[in-house]
Amino acid sequence: MSHYQPLGRRVVTLPFVFLGVIALIGLYFLAERFINGMGAVTNLNGGFPWGIWVVYDIVVGTALACGGYALAVTVYVFNKGKYHPLIRPALLASLLGYGLGGVGAIIDMGRWWQFYNLFLPWQMNFNSVMLEVGLCVSAYIVVLMIEFLPTVLEKFKAEALLKKLNKVLFVVIALGVLLPTMHQSSLGTMLIAMGWKVHPLWQTLHLQPLLAVLTAFTMGFSIVVFEGSLSSVGFRRKPETHLLSGLGRIIVGLIAVYLAIRFGEILVRGKLGLVFAGDLASLMFLIETALFVYPLVVLMSPRGRGNARSLLFAAVSMLLAGTLYRFNAFLITLDPGPGYSYFPALPEIMVTVGLVAIEIMVFLFVVKTFPVMPREDHAAAPNA
Amino acid sequence: MNRRDFLRASIGGAAAALASSGASARPNLTPAPEAIGMLFDSTLCVGCKACVSACKAVNGLPPTLLGDDVQYDSARDLSHETYNVIKVYTNGKPVAKDSETDGFAFEKRSCMHCVDPGCVSVCPVTALLRHPLTGIVTYDKDACIGCRTCMTGCPYNVPQFDYDNPWGMLHKCQMCNQKGVERIDKGGMTGCAEACPTGATLFGSRTALLEEAKRRMQLRPGEIYNYPRGDVRQPSSHHEKAVPHYQHHVWGEKEAGGTNVMHISSIPFDKLGMPPLGERSHVSISEGVQHTLYSYMALPAVVLGGLTWLVKRNTDDEGDDV
Repeated sequence: MSHYQPLGRRVVTLPFVFLGVIALIGLYFLAERFINGMGAVTNLNGGFPWGIWVVYDIVVGTALACGGYALAVTVYVFNKGKYHPLIRPALLASLLGYGLGGVGAIIDMGRWWQFYNLFLPWQMNFNSVMLEVGLCVSAYIVVLMIEFLPTVLEKFKAEALLKKLNKVLFVVIALGVLLPTMHQSSLGTMLIAMGWKVHPLWQTLHLQPLLAVLTAFTMGFSIVVFEGSLSSVGFRRKPETHLLSGLGRIIVGLIAVYLAIRFGEILVRGKLGLVFAGDLASLMFLIETALFVYPLVVLMSPRGRGNARSLLFAAVSMLLAGTLYRFNAFLITLDPGPGYSYFPALPEIMVTVGLVAIEIMVFLFVVKTFPVMPREDHAAAPNA
Repeated sequence: MNRRDFLRASIGGAAAALASSGASARPNLTPAPEAIGMLFDSTLCVGCKACVSACKAVNGLPPTLLGDDVQYDSARDLSHETYNVIKVYTNGKPVAKDSETDGFAFEKRSCMHCVDPGCVSVCPVTALLRHPLTGIVTYDKDACIGCRTCMTGCPYNVPQFDYDNPWGMLHKCQMCNQKGVERIDKGGMTGCAEACPTGATLFGSRTALLEEAKRRMQLRPGEIYNYPRGDVRQPSSHHEKAVPHYQHHVWGEKEAGGTNVMHISSIPFDKLGMPPLGERSHVSISEGVQHTLYSYMALPAVVLGGLTWLVKRNTDDEGDDV
């Protein structure tokens, strides 16, 4: 018997219809982008070639989709089998998040009809960090699809195929750990080449890949805690607090390492003055740091970790922290020089919001009809 | 080796690789053997913008108009229809030319044709290339996927995307040597240098231009100098003019590895809107990090091997499915 079951509830609910309306608005502006060009719906310009379609859909979106990655490392590399019940919803969210990243990349590509050049060996530039990100994210989307395949096979009772797949799945899982490590760190490396345009508080040069992968990892754990808490509230299931609080401990360790490196770099390179400069960048840095410190403090105590509410708040704070870290570095404090400014246009925002709405709709549909959620008896046992 | 050892070794390996990448990073690229470029002498520029319209004529670009004024090209900055633009610096009551206070000066913006070009390094599909001999940075629209990473990697915000065209492409100066124009290959010079009436934009080899720039800095202010026009190696004509107070700084000799289009001026370059660049190119650092982590894909391959072994062991333990 499978450890997972479909929730088996009604798919078309009021929130689902509401999301559908938002999705349609997004798709309308998306059509306009392809008919009239990106200028018709975005505020992109010569100094800000990357707006929220890149920074949210890809840079932040894929980090928020690191739940599958973070759990795969915990379950399969560190052999913590007790977290196994959480892995399918996390994989589904990862697949959808990375799918959004892939779609975001295509709609943001100015010459999208030539995207295949990325996969032609004679066109590849191996000095390019963007090449690594492009190839690696594409490969990881395929890996996530295969990792999620057992759920689909189980649903359609293709047991022979499922058995065969399970025999070779370990290779795919290993790839599923390696690939995000590679491209999540590369998203950081990309900031190095952006040079002086990146504010000194975020331009950490050689440390960029390490900080990027650390925050991606922490965001991955936090999204698992977030989804776990939310689905126990939203679907009125027994909370999985005993599992989630264990993840809380891992999050504490990761944030501590991250903050040590982050502040170490600032001290060693003598940039502490910029933290208290009183300008926009220093304000954003302080907010960002507070969002990192809050979950650290809350989750440090066993009481904080054991409480479903404080776990949820800590996870949300960490997600905002990682999101703001990326937004600050890539957009908010980015300064390409005089004459350029950027704030996303309303249609531009609606495209992103619409895509996220579609992502949530697909998630709701799949957890209700496919065996994704753990059976509730898992949640009851404290040390399963 | 047990699991703990492997984890320790791989984490240590990645950290060591990262830490050592500082040392093993490649140095800046050096100028192409027959690098050609331009020298812009801000003190000679009178702001006539003949170079702007010549550039548009050669490259087949439309004039940029502001309102009903169709007398003059009104381009304010680089764009998909402007590869070369003249900007003005003013301070206080702008009465004296080339004076930092209560003065004004002109500055040219166009592709600097970097010696170690950021756009070339970051482009995933090799759509931007530095010519191996001339050092001209060219663009291939058939390779380009429009990801605009080149724009983020350019320290000067030179490449410009045509956002208003659903089939748009990237636009930048290719030294009038792109397919169908090929002025340099045919022994000619760039449109802007040819059109410049004062020799403010001078064409030539990078070496000859750098020599000329340094020669001007050795002159005494007020002294009469015979300024060349056109190609510095075989000027089409000369004109005599008193030497201004030059800043002793050739922009592009060393900045981020240097550029083939160099500037000299009597006003500090930060005032003219040049970016805060050191001598080290940022892409030499990012390539160093990238190639340390991915040299021959050795580190990823080893890590993947270890991970596969671990996952196999841990899934066997449980006899579990995903």
